[in-house]
Amino acid sequence: MTAFVLKRLGFAVITLFAVLTIVFFIVRILPGDPAMAILGDQASQEALIALRQRLGLDQPLILQYFDFLRGVMVGDWGVSLVSGRPVIQEIGKVLPATLELTLASLVLGAVVGIPLGVWSAVKRNKLPDYITRMASLLGLSFPAFVSAVLLLLVFAIHLRWFPVISSGQGSTLGERLQNLALPAINLGLIMAAYITRVTRSAMLEVLNQDYVRTAHAKGLAFATIIRRHCMRNAMIPVVTVVGLYLGILIGNSVLTEIVFNRPGLGKLIIGALNQRDYTMLQGMMVIYTLIVVLVNLLTDLTYGLIDPRIKY
Amino acid sequence: MENPNSPATLSRGAYLRRSLAVAGDGMLRAFNTNKTSWVGLGLFLLVALIALLAPWIAPYDPLDQNVLNRLKPPSAEHWFGTDYYGRDTLSRIMWGARISLTIGILAIGAALVIGSVIGLIAGYLGGRADIIIMQIMDVLLAFPSLILGLIVVAMLGPSVANLVIAIALTSIPPFARIARAPTIAVKNREFIEAGRALGYSDTRLMFGHILPNIAPEILVMGSLWLATAIRVEASLAFVGLGVSPPTATWGGMIREGFENILDSFWLALFPSIVILIVVFALNLLGDGLRDALDPRLRGEG
Repeated sequence: MTAFVLKRLGFAVITLFAVLTIVFFIVRILPGDPAMAILGDQASQEALIALRQRLGLDQPLILQYFDFLRGVMVGDWGVSLVSGRPVIQEIGKVLPATLELTLASLVLGAVVGIPLGVWSAVKRNKLPDYITRMASLLGLSFPAFVSAVLLLLVFAIHLRWFPVISSGQGSTLGERLQNLALPAINLGLIMAAYITRVTRSAMLEVLNQDYVRTAHAKGLAFATIIRRHCMRNAMIPVVTVVGLYLGILIGNSVLTEIVFNRPGLGKLIIGALNQRDYTMLQGMMVIYTLIVVLVNLLTDLTYGLIDPRIKY
Repeated sequence: MENPNSPATLSRGAYLRRSLAVAGDGMLRAFNTNKTSWVGLGLFLLVALIALLAPWIAPYDPLDQNVLNRLKPPSAEHWFGTDYYGRDTLSRIMWGARISLTIGILAIGAALVIGSVIGLIAGYLGGRADIIIMQIMDVLLAFPSLILGLIVVAMLGPSVANLVIAIALTSIPPFARIARAPTIAVKNREFIEAGRALGYSDTRLMFGHILPNIAPEILVMGSLWLATAIRVEASLAFVGLGVSPPTATWGGMIREGFENILDSFWLALFPSIVILIVVFALNLLGDGLRDALDPRLRGEG
C-alpha cells in the first residue's frame, strides 16, 4: 500500500514539474513583452527597464525558470501587481468558494448522471435510452455560460427564486446554499451529461460479461446484479473519465463564476487578465496545475478503493 | 506481366484516389449505420450555408447603428430585435456565424493535421519516442484548455489569427491520441508488412497506407472537436477575449446582451440558442459516426 502511494506520489511530482515547465515556457515563448503589456505602449524606457527588473525578466531564461520553481516550492508566488498583496494570499482567499462550487457540482453530476447512465444502458435501444442519450448530448453541447445565462433568466429573473447577483458567501447557511444553488446546478447538470454517457458505455461493456450471465442464471435479483456485479466494475472507467473531465469542469467553473458574479478563481483570473496582472496569472497557472495533478493522483488512488484487484 | 492493380505500378494520382476511396467508404458506411448523423450534418450545413451567404441574405448591415431603434424587442422588421446600439440581432447572428465557423474550422483543421502527424509518428515509431511524445501530449491535455486559451489570447491579442492559434494549440493533444491508437493497431497488419517487404519508405507507409485507414476515426473526432472549438471561441468572446467589437461574434453578443439582461433578455437569448444548435448538431454528427465506427458496437443499435 505505502509503496503504491509513494510511487503514485512520485509520478505526480514529476507530472507537476513537467506541466509547470511547459506552462512557464509557453508563456515565455509567446511574443509580447509583459512589461510593455502592463505599462502600455507609451511607457518610458526607464519605467520598462525598472519593471522588467522587478519581475526578474532581465535575467537569463534558465535563471528565471529555476527562480520560478523555487518560488513555487517555498510558497513565494510573488506579489500581485494590482493589489500589492502576495499572490498566494489572494488565491487562498477565493479558493474555498471555487472548491465548494466544483465539489457540489461533482456530487450533483454523479447523483444525476450515474443512475441515468445505468438506466439508459439497461434499457438499451429502447425509448428511455434514446431520450437519455439525446438529453445528455444536448447537455454537454451547452457552453457553460449559455446555460448559466438561461438559468439566470428563468429562475432568477423570471421566477425570482434565487438572487440575480449572488453576493458570494452570505452569512447564514441558508443564504450560502441559496447563492450556491444556481451555479452548482449549472455546472452539475453539464457534469451529469458527461457522467451519464460514460456510465452508459461502461455499463454496456459490463452487461455483456459472462459473470453477469452467470448471475442471471443462478437467479439473483436484477437489482442485486446491477448493483453488486455491474456497477462496481463499471465505476472504474467512470472515475477515470471524470478525472479527465476536470479540465472541462475548471473551464466551466470560470464561466459560471463570471455569469453569477461569484467570487472564485474564475473571477480572479479574468480580473488578472484584464489588468495584465502578470504575477497573478503565473500564480493562477500554478494553482490550476496543482489542482489537476492532485485530482489525477486522487483518481489513481480511488481505483484501489473500487477495485480490490488493483494491488497496492 | 505486371499486375496493373498492384500498388507498385499505380500512378500517383490513382494511388491518391484509391486512398481517398478507402477513407470515403468508411465514412459512408458509418453515416448509413447511424441516421442521427445525417440530422446533425444537415443542421450544420444549414448554418454553414447561412454563414456563407450572410452578406446577401442578412436583412441589415450588422454594424449599422440606429440610435432611434435601440433595444427593440423582436418585431416584423427586426425578427430577433435590436441591441443597445440599434443594430439588428438577426443580421449580427448571421455574420457572427462566419467568425465562429472560420475560427473553428481553421483551428481544428490545423490541430487535426499537426496532431494526427504527431500521433501517427509516435504510434509508428513506438518505443521511447512514443513514450516521450505521448507524455508531453498527456501533460498538455491535463491542463484546462480554456485557461490555456485565455492566457494565449491575452498574450497574443484578440484577432482571428490568434484565436485560431490558441484554440489549435489546445486541440492538438487529443488528435495525437486519436491517431496513435489505431496506428499501433494497424501497423502490424499484413498489408503494411507487405509494403515493407516491397521496400516502401516509412513515410510512404505512414501517410499512404496507414493514414487512409485511420482517417475516418480522425475525421469523426474532428467534428466533435469542432463543436468544442466553437464553444471555446464563444466562451473566450464572452469573457472579453474574442475578436474585438464591433465585429459580431456570438459570444460577444451574449456578453453585450448579458449587460442588458434585466430589460432586454432576447439579446442574450437568440445567440445562445444559435450556439447551442450548432454545437449540438456537430456533436450529433460526430457522436453518431463514432458509434458506427466503433468495432465493438458495429452491427448493433
